[in-house]
Amino acid sequence: MTSQNTVLQRAAAQLEISGLSKRFGPDAPLVLDNVNLRVEQGEFVALLGASGCGKSTLLNLVAGLEEPTAGELKAPEAAFMFQDASLFPWLTAQANVELALELRGVGRQERAEQARELLELVHLGGAGRKRPHELSGGMRQRVALARSLAQSRDLLLMDEPFAALDAITRDLLHDELERIWRRTGRTIIFITHNVREAVRLGQRVLLMSSRPGRIVAEWRVGDGLDARDRAELSGEITTELRREIRRHAT
Amino acid sequence: MRLDTDSGDDVAQLEAGLDALQAEQPGRSAVRPAIGKALLPVLALAAIVYVWQMYIWIVQPRPDILPGPADVAAALGSLWGDGAAQETILTSLERGVLGFLIAAVIATPAGLLLSQHKGLRAAFGPLISGLQVLPSVAWVPAAIIWFGLTDATVYFVVLMGAVPSIINGLISGVDQVPPQFLRVGHVLGANRWQQATRIILPAALPGYIGGLKQGWAFSWRSLMAAEIITVGGSMGFGLGSLLQQGRDLSDMAIVVSAILLILAIGIVIELLVFAPVERRLLRGRGLLKAGAA
Ligand SMILES: Nc1ncnc2c1ncn2[C@@H]1O[C@H](COP(=O)(O)OP(=O)(O)O)[C@@H](O)[C@H]1O
Ligand SMILES: [Mg+2]
Repeated sequence: MTSQNTVLQRAAAQLEISGLSKRFGPDAPLVLDNVNLRVEQGEFVALLGASGCGKSTLLNLVAGLEEPTAGELKAPEAAFMFQDASLFPWLTAQANVELALELRGVGRQERAEQARELLELVHLGGAGRKRPHELSGGMRQRVALARSLAQSRDLLLMDEPFAALDAITRDLLHDELERIWRRTGRTIIFITHNVREAVRLGQRVLLMSSRPGRIVAEWRVGDGLDARDRAELSGEITTELRREIRRHAT
Repeated sequence: MRLDTDSGDDVAQLEAGLDALQAEQPGRSAVRPAIGKALLPVLALAAIVYVWQMYIWIVQPRPDILPGPADVAAALGSLWGDGAAQETILTSLERGVLGFLIAAVIATPAGLLLSQHKGLRAAFGPLISGLQVLPSVAWVPAAIIWFGLTDATVYFVVLMGAVPSIINGLISGVDQVPPQFLRVGHVLGANRWQQATRIILPAALPGYIGGLKQGWAFSWRSLMAAEIITVGGSMGFGLGSLLQQGRDLSDMAIVVSAILLILAIGIVIELLVFAPVERRLLRGRGLLKAGAA
């Protein structure tokens, strides 16, 4: 590793996965095959792959929503953000965030205060009393982001959280997420099938193969890259992704 | 241009603008549809009374076979005038509501238990579904043998009618809870109890309310059946008893009046109790557009 990563080297590993495999049922094909991954504290990792390659499965394993078939996985309890906001429709935005605090054991009085602060953080200070259906898709995802921050866990898993949003909103949420990541120092694993999104957000971009899912390539995205460098890197990663997809053509 | 060099304030402003553009516009006034909604059933009712009256005029059936609207209105008026209508309505409503509440108190924990426990559900599920299909009138003879001509007979029949449908409503409400909600609950760190009370129950509420509504319908029907069959003893005199009395006296105007009263109570409870609760619930979850039924 180069010298710019000394900070990362000093940090403790947040997540360690070795030889992880997963199949759904004894006769089902391998979805994940021998996945190895180490994520440092405070790192922003973008996990890139074609649809159906097993990205969600990997994240679900990390979150403890599925059991691995083989391999080892050392992960702290993680916060999770899904593609659909998955807010509870019977609760207001504020109450959705408060529920996460309550399930974490935060006392009643602090809950209201903290939830308000978290909504402020995602620029939704005025929308606390709204129900999810009264919010736009982007606002819902920001409430979901506030809710996952309310879990106060070092590791934040995000499964294509912006995939269903329009491009303008998505661009904005990229800025928002980056700002919050810098401010809160969370470790983030961000799943996407969008190369530009991966390069935009990740310090590290991991490429997954399909059937079975493995991590086949890795790029570091330096902090100093300008728009042209990023476009170039995106091109390179796209080429690799397409080669990976073409392998399945026969 | 690199967006991430924008200051936080810029992002906040941009977002505020987008939020304003994208958020749902507040619904327009719902007054016109509401008037239309009230008007149409009234018109339908008027049409039925009109056809009824035409039939009386043209065919001229014997009044003791089919009385005309005016005869029935007169019968209703005299029932109301001497207080018989109010008394029977109150008696029946009191039993129906009390029986329904007891049924809800029994069926709610039972339904929760069955929805959470696979073995119990496999064992009792079919039985309960069967009971829901069984007309609760079938319990009347047994109830009379067990409890005699007392109110206990009536309540027993009401419970046998209402409990299974409330249980089934709750179970199907729980079944329809999106699995994603459970995953979110798990990720948020909910334990089993919190999962049940904070996520499954509220998520299942629409199905549960549906079950309660059906439970009320079954309560009311069972009650009327029980009141028609079992008259006398220490039993109060309800709408079903009035109906039966009309038949005994061969007074068709009273029979029709009693039927209309039974129908009206059912409609009033639906309109005043269940419809508003259901509407509020669904609207709060965005499952109903403002102004829709
Ligand atoms: N619960 C499950 N049962 C059976 N197969 C599953 C299940 N979840 C995912 N799969 C399969 O695993 C593969 C990877 O799915 P997924 O992880 O959702 O992919 P991605 O998130 O990359 O689009 C797919 O072929 C999918 O059909
Ligand atoms: Mg997925």
